[in-house]
Amino acid sequence: MKITRKKKTGGSYSSSSMSDIVFMLLFFFMVTTTMRDEEILVKITLPTATETAKLERKDLTCYINVGPPIPALETQYGTDTRMQLNDSFRTINDIRDFVAAKREQLNESDRVLLTIAFKMDEQTRMGIVTDVKQELRRCQALKISYLAAPPKDKK
Amino acid sequence: MAKRSTPELNAGSMADIAFLLLSFFLLTTTMEQNIGIPRRLPPLLNEQEKTKEEINRRNILQVFVNSKDRLSVNHALMEVIQLKDAVKDFISNPNDEDTKPIKEDKHIEGLGMMKVSKGVVSLQTDRGTSYSMYMAVQNEIMKAYGELRDEFSVSKYGSAYNKLTEDQQEAVRGVYPLNISEAEPRETKKK
Repeated sequence: MKITRKKKTGGSYSSSSMSDIVFMLLFFFMVTTTMRDEEILVKITLPTATETAKLERKDLTCYINVGPPIPALETQYGTDTRMQLNDSFRTINDIRDFVAAKREQLNESDRVLLTIAFKMDEQTRMGIVTDVKQELRRCQALKISYLAAPPKDKK
Repeated sequence: MAKRSTPELNAGSMADIAFLLLSFFLLTTTMEQNIGIPRRLPPLLNEQEKTKEEINRRNILQVFVNSKDRLSVNHALMEVIQLKDAVKDFISNPNDEDTKPIKEDKHIEGLGMMKVSKGVVSLQTDRGTSYSMYMAVQNEIMKAYGELRDEFSVSKYGSAYNKLTEDQQEAVRGVYPLNISEAEPRETKKK
């Protein structure tokens, strides 16, 4: 069989499907970036505050979520305030390991910059908040930030 | 299918547009940032270090929030919106009253000798205080400090605190240091 090479065609196949591929990539990234955040198992309405600062380095931040379990989990865990570390409900005593694990991931020089972000529901009682703070002091994780929402009536 | 010779539109640039969108979303999703009130916890003290210097009574502003979210400042009831001015008045002590904090002369880098208030805001809560109330109180205290720093910046450098250079900001922070002492909540045993 003779293979003939056509030279004159100019190779103009439609490249319009290229955009579809790129769109596919686009959607993929859009979906995965929202999925990367840990699954929140507690209902959190952040308190409002005006005197806030941005959390600079996301990689140096770890979150402590405190609030009542989301409605889907209410039957299993009740409506009492719970604390979520990573992807599961934990107790105060687990904070030590949680902070240690996070520290382990960081460079030696970055460890002092580790910020613990308090993501807590506004209905939380201070008792829990203080217990968390005391435990963090015991772990020498002293840099914290109380996450807040900007006030809505502004603008 | 019969071949028709319709003028074909070059759809190659369509990909570029999509890439533009792609990179836009990639950037904006990482730009979404959390905001919060930054704070440093005091390190745990040993038993011996606990007997620290007694802070003069007049240097302490006792802010207490009870389990019913009622605010008291130096044992007098107060609304949250009044707290900012109370803190400002306490820290700056404009009339040098005896009941308000002592000011001591301190050398500040870039400013020379300055009078620095020794006032400490002592924030105490009950275990039943709600977090939202606590944050509101924190916010008011921060606002008081922010305004004091702003006023000082404007009088000294002619612009707001956050428009100053890093060194100037540090100097202003030296004049108005953030002194908030958070006592352990009531009903907890002092260890």
